[in-house]
Amino acid sequence: MNPDHHVILRVVAKTLIPLITLYAFYVQFHGDYSPGGGFQAGVIFAVGIILYALIFGVSSALRLIPPSFTRGLAAAGVLLYAGVGIWALFGGGNYLEYGALLDEPEGGHHGQHIGIILIELGVLFGVAGSMLTIFYAFAGRVAEISDEDW
Amino acid sequence: MIESILTHLAPAWAIAHAAPLLVVAPLVVATALVFVPSGRLAWLISILTTGASLFFALILLALVQADTVTLAALADAGIQTNMLREGVVSYAIGGWAPPVGIEFRIDALNAMILLLVTFIGTLASVFSWPTVNAEIRTEKQNLFYGAYLVCFAGLAGVAITGDAFNLFVFLEISSISTYVLVALGAGRDRRALPAAFNYLVMGTIGATFYVIGVGFLFAATGTLNMADYTALLPELVGNRTVQAGFAFIIIGLGLKAAMWPLHQWLPNAYAYAPSFVTTFLAATATKVALYALIRFLFTVFSPAYTFETASFDWLIAPLAIAAMVACSFQAVFQTDVRRTLAYSSVAQVGYMLLGVSLASVFGVSAGLLHLMNHALMKGGLFMAMAGIVLTYQGTTLRDFAGLGRSAPWTMTAFAICALSLIGVPLTAGFQSKLMLLQATFTAGWWWASGVIVFSSVLAVIYMGRILEAVFFKAPENPRKVRKEAPLLLLIPLWVLALANLWIGLDASFPYDLARNAAEAVIGVGGQQ
Repeated sequence: MNPDHHVILRVVAKTLIPLITLYAFYVQFHGDYSPGGGFQAGVIFAVGIILYALIFGVSSALRLIPPSFTRGLAAAGVLLYAGVGIWALFGGGNYLEYGALLDEPEGGHHGQHIGIILIELGVLFGVAGSMLTIFYAFAGRVAEISDEDW
Repeated sequence: MIESILTHLAPAWAIAHAAPLLVVAPLVVATALVFVPSGRLAWLISILTTGASLFFALILLALVQADTVTLAALADAGIQTNMLREGVVSYAIGGWAPPVGIEFRIDALNAMILLLVTFIGTLASVFSWPTVNAEIRTEKQNLFYGAYLVCFAGLAGVAITGDAFNLFVFLEISSISTYVLVALGAGRDRRALPAAFNYLVMGTIGATFYVIGVGFLFAATGTLNMADYTALLPELVGNRTVQAGFAFIIIGLGLKAAMWPLHQWLPNAYAYAPSFVTTFLAATATKVALYALIRFLFTVFSPAYTFETASFDWLIAPLAIAAMVACSFQAVFQTDVRRTLAYSSVAQVGYMLLGVSLASVFGVSAGLLHLMNHALMKGGLFMAMAGIVLTYQGTTLRDFAGLGRSAPWTMTAFAICALSLIGVPLTAGFQSKLMLLQATFTAGWWWASGVIVFSSVLAVIYMGRILEAVFFKAPENPRKVRKEAPLLLLIPLWVLALANLWIGLDASFPYDLARNAAEAVIGVGGQQ
């Protein structure tokens, strides 16, 4: 096949992928006071990588972000989320009570702010990691019966 | 006795936060296991985690059973106990007061189920290593234990939450990890893959029905909190939306609990899953779904509603009877011992549902006692089964021939649990079946008593076939020498077998648990 067959796709994707990733972080960091948040941001981020894998091949995507990393990312997301809850226990609050995070005086809201940002970050990691893990599981699947054996 | 946990053993933070930690500890550790390099280490960590959950479950049970004196002493010591009133623990997640926030609410019923799940989970973790090491590929063992702990956390979460939508989330957490765990049986038997897929489709339908039902209830009442439903629903009994929600929830949870004829996913899933997964699921998964069903039937809805009384008489009781007869017959004709046990599980779900459908304190406590006893006996049977799969690689009736001579310790424990399943006197099964018989007689359902006896006779046949092969037939394969299951497996197996005998002799501990649980739920919204 002519190596330049998909040249338009590659050029367009190369410009789009950074924008998609940037947009993911925009959705992430505006999620606490506008529509959006960790879940959508995680999906958008993963879509950027999946687009890369579709255009440039799964093998180069695997070199960029290996499956062991995506698995770890998903697990780290849950750990971060649940960890914030346990941090609140150490602050003397109930589980996931953000107000108790920073040990601030009555009426302080920084704990709430930090809590929701960290949790959304956990959701971002979890969703992006799971999306990519699922994509790799399907894309990297090797047929157990080779085509000649049919 | 159990209150000494509160006064002597448990630190203040454990008493204050036992409810969320019971669920969060396994969930956090499960994700951390992704980073653990070795399966053996993951196994040790999972024992510690399930053990910690068992400890938290004991604290919750002690809190629920604590009298005012103990509670006052705790309050004097400045310990946060989260007691809503005597016998009910209510924990507000995130500090958001219910019904707005998510509530973990523990009464005598939850406390019993949580104790059961964490106890079985701990025993299953201890015995798991030899069979997991043999059946799961080395590089997947840590992930396997991760999935197991996620499943464990999900089941505990279903049993602990007081929020209807949160229950759905935990139900899905446990189910999705279960599909993965069942599919991992493919290393030994490829039929695990269609079994897992079938279970996935059926389980998802069940969860969807449940969440649609919750949606209807939310539309009618504007709340998701179960205690809030108890207060709001009596005014809405004639409401079609509420009735449709009731129907969806019963079918959805019935599917998860393997209520006949919605049990088709169960036999294959149990037969082809890794042995350890079967042991754990058989003793916990359907039990927790049944708990959720009881919670909805008696706390959220109430037997005082005409549509619920009708569904007891015309839906749940007939289906329970059908399960007891039809699935016992199917169990008789299986050649694979695991499938016999799986069909017998569906039949036993019938016993529990029959007790529940009596809608009396006596009936429900009989059903709950059978639920607990069945977890102990099926857990033991499948554990012995795992030992046989490990040492002899066979699961059919032919493979079982003569095993009584080559693996006497394993098979004696198997026999004790089998006798308990039949309901022979001096075993746990006898106690709960006797209580169920008394409950049906008291209610005047003499025909149901007849079916219980008939179904038990069928149990004599299907377990008798296995026991006959084990103890009275010559081995098919003369090369079989004496080969016992490993000690790690024998100890939890015998713990379960002895528990069956102990309950057979003195059922007061589980009986009180079941009785308190039944009184706690029926006292809330029922007519009695």
